[in-house]
Amino acid sequence: MSRKTLTRRQFVAATAMSSAALITAPYVRGAYAAGKISIGFWDHWVPGANKASTELVNEWAAKEKVEVSIDYITSQGKKIELTIAAEAAAKSGHDVLAMPTWWPHAHAELLEPVNDIMEPIIKQNGDVNGTVKYLGRAGNKWLAVPATIGSQIKGPCSRIDLLKKFANIDIQEMYPAGGQPKADNWNMETFLKAAEACQKGGVPFGIGLGETTDSTDTAGAIFQSFGAELVNAKGDLTVKTDAVRQALEFYKKLIAVLPPDVAAWDDASNNKWLISGKGALIMNPPSAWAVAKRDAPQIAEQCWTHGMPSGPKGRYAPYLPYFWGTWSFSKNKEAAKSLLTHLSQPSSIEKFVAASGGYDLPAYANMTTLKTWQEEGPPKGTLYHYPNPHNHQTLSIAASPAPPKIAQQIYAQATLTKMCLRYAQGEKMEATLAWAEGECEGFMRS
Amino acid sequence: MADAVVRQPGVARPASARKRASLHNILRRKSTAAFLMTLPLILLITLLVVYPAFYSLHLATLNKSMQRFVGFGNFEFLFRRDTFWLVVKQSCIFAITAVVFKALIGFIVAHFVHNIPAKGQRKWRGMLLVPWVIPPAMSTLAWLWLFDPSYSAFNYTLAFFGIGPIPWTGDAAWARFAVILVNVWYGAPFFMIMYLAALKSVPDQLYEAAAIDGANWWQRIWYVTLPMMRNIIAITTLFSLIVTFANFDIVRILTAGGPLDHTHIFATWAFRVGIEGSDIPLGASVSLFMVPILAVAAIFILRDVNKRGNEA
Repeated sequence: MSRKTLTRRQFVAATAMSSAALITAPYVRGAYAAGKISIGFWDHWVPGANKASTELVNEWAAKEKVEVSIDYITSQGKKIELTIAAEAAAKSGHDVLAMPTWWPHAHAELLEPVNDIMEPIIKQNGDVNGTVKYLGRAGNKWLAVPATIGSQIKGPCSRIDLLKKFANIDIQEMYPAGGQPKADNWNMETFLKAAEACQKGGVPFGIGLGETTDSTDTAGAIFQSFGAELVNAKGDLTVKTDAVRQALEFYKKLIAVLPPDVAAWDDASNNKWLISGKGALIMNPPSAWAVAKRDAPQIAEQCWTHGMPSGPKGRYAPYLPYFWGTWSFSKNKEAAKSLLTHLSQPSSIEKFVAASGGYDLPAYANMTTLKTWQEEGPPKGTLYHYPNPHNHQTLSIAASPAPPKIAQQIYAQATLTKMCLRYAQGEKMEATLAWAEGECEGFMRS
Repeated sequence: MADAVVRQPGVARPASARKRASLHNILRRKSTAAFLMTLPLILLITLLVVYPAFYSLHLATLNKSMQRFVGFGNFEFLFRRDTFWLVVKQSCIFAITAVVFKALIGFIVAHFVHNIPAKGQRKWRGMLLVPWVIPPAMSTLAWLWLFDPSYSAFNYTLAFFGIGPIPWTGDAAWARFAVILVNVWYGAPFFMIMYLAALKSVPDQLYEAAAIDGANWWQRIWYVTLPMMRNIIAITTLFSLIVTFANFDIVRILTAGGPLDHTHIFATWAFRVGIEGSDIPLGASVSLFMVPILAVAAIFILRDVNKRGNEA
């Protein structure tokens, strides 16, 4: 049996090498020198769209020497909201997390301010619209960065042929591809007349009155175009006003010409309505058109996405921005902010928009005329007006301008659509208003 | 004089030996073995049930932003809300109606199956259990398509007979009917199998004696079958009542509480308020409101079971 002995020289050499390695280790820039970061992105429904996000993140990670892990979280079953609630309660979770509409405000106290990155991004990409500021900022503190992925406008998507045939409206002429909208006559009155004509023609407008977001978003934009607010920006109750009464009267007339089952519609119902060829108009981002392109190409060829009709107080379009937030308890805030800056670069935004076939919308003023929207088809130019390139409508979210924590309750409880249904089903106007006032009082608890 | 020390029984045994013996005795007890064997389950339940239960109690005492203790403030707030009382009413209608129909259908079907010759009975038992073994989230999706507001397969069929279209999920009354129907469809097989097991344990001699006494079929059911099944009926009803009160998936998938909140039950409204409305403490309070209702039901039913057990 042999026994290896360590000589004095070997011992000194080994000790010197080990010490040198220990001392210099922190200064060596290894593959993951800037630490780790975990990301929770919204799981995109467009095939291949997640790949674009992965590529952009990996590109940044390789440059910054950061180890990344990405979870794609579905919005099905409110999984994103559940994840946000769980991480907020556990004070642990992703370093960057996708947050829909109201959630930055709901967890404002737990989010790391991102003013330091938002200011340069805005300087570079142009200003953001009022709804992004309303949802993403508390006072002067930016709570989260507007995400291109998942942000959408839920304006009208109409059938060119059916509107022409039954309502005598040439929607392509009104909203020409590549040109300014000529929509001065596109108001609530003409909208209602068109809805009546299409209903008579057997292809009613498909506007939901359920309790999911599509229904609430449409109601929100229509209420705002009448100047109807349930709670104003100061937090005062403003339910019993003439503007709210006018909006309810309008909805009562509209509901009379909608399909009889709209009270039970969810966010898939309007898509199915368009794709099945049963309706002349729905309110939706271009997802319904994209599915029609695959499943019913003859219908997709007749779809045109355009602006909302205007009301007495303006032209409002339902807008739902997504955000990317970083928790104040995140372990790698610097890396998170660096990544968010990378994802908000014009080249990244262009890639997101292209990968989603034009569905995803950047929040910035300079980014609404990308070539994807100009080129997507058939018919070519169908998405040109989707990102509101000529700013001819105000992008808004239902229940605004109420303070966001109150507005979120109005939105989640679908108070607007419930009011419309109650009144349309025969409840007296004052009874409906009293019910809504009671609900809103309850939403004000802190 | 003998120098031997006579050891008195039970006296002067060294303390360590006594301890060892008593530990040995404890370990040899059947109850100790049973406890040790159930310990993993007890730990699991503590982790997954007891801890969340106490945590939700804690949450229910916080204000909306979860930063301040408000005691029973959330419950006081809920008691002033009309929608909350609507949800209480609907939860009771939903749970009681569904449990009554599940019990009734389960009882009748169990009798049918019991009377099938033993050879073919297994097939029927297996087939009748299918609704109960499919995850309800999946089967309810199929029901959703059957009830779809615009493309309902039921309405399509009814149209051949000149009936409809029926707004299955768009009208409050029909929507309530739809969610109860799906719950009954899903839960009746559980009652059926429990009642079938109970029926099989009723001694044939009792029926023979009843027949000799000239009892008709109704008297046999009333004086023999039902008394022999009382405990099973009570426990099954309690168990189903708890599960039905706490139902979430069927209502969430089929109607999401609509139209106009007319199908919301505690769990779906708690989710709407707590998760979708970002008011976790209020959501926790809504879901905890079930506890006293179910606790009272449990006390009454289990006390009755106990009483009958003693009578036996």
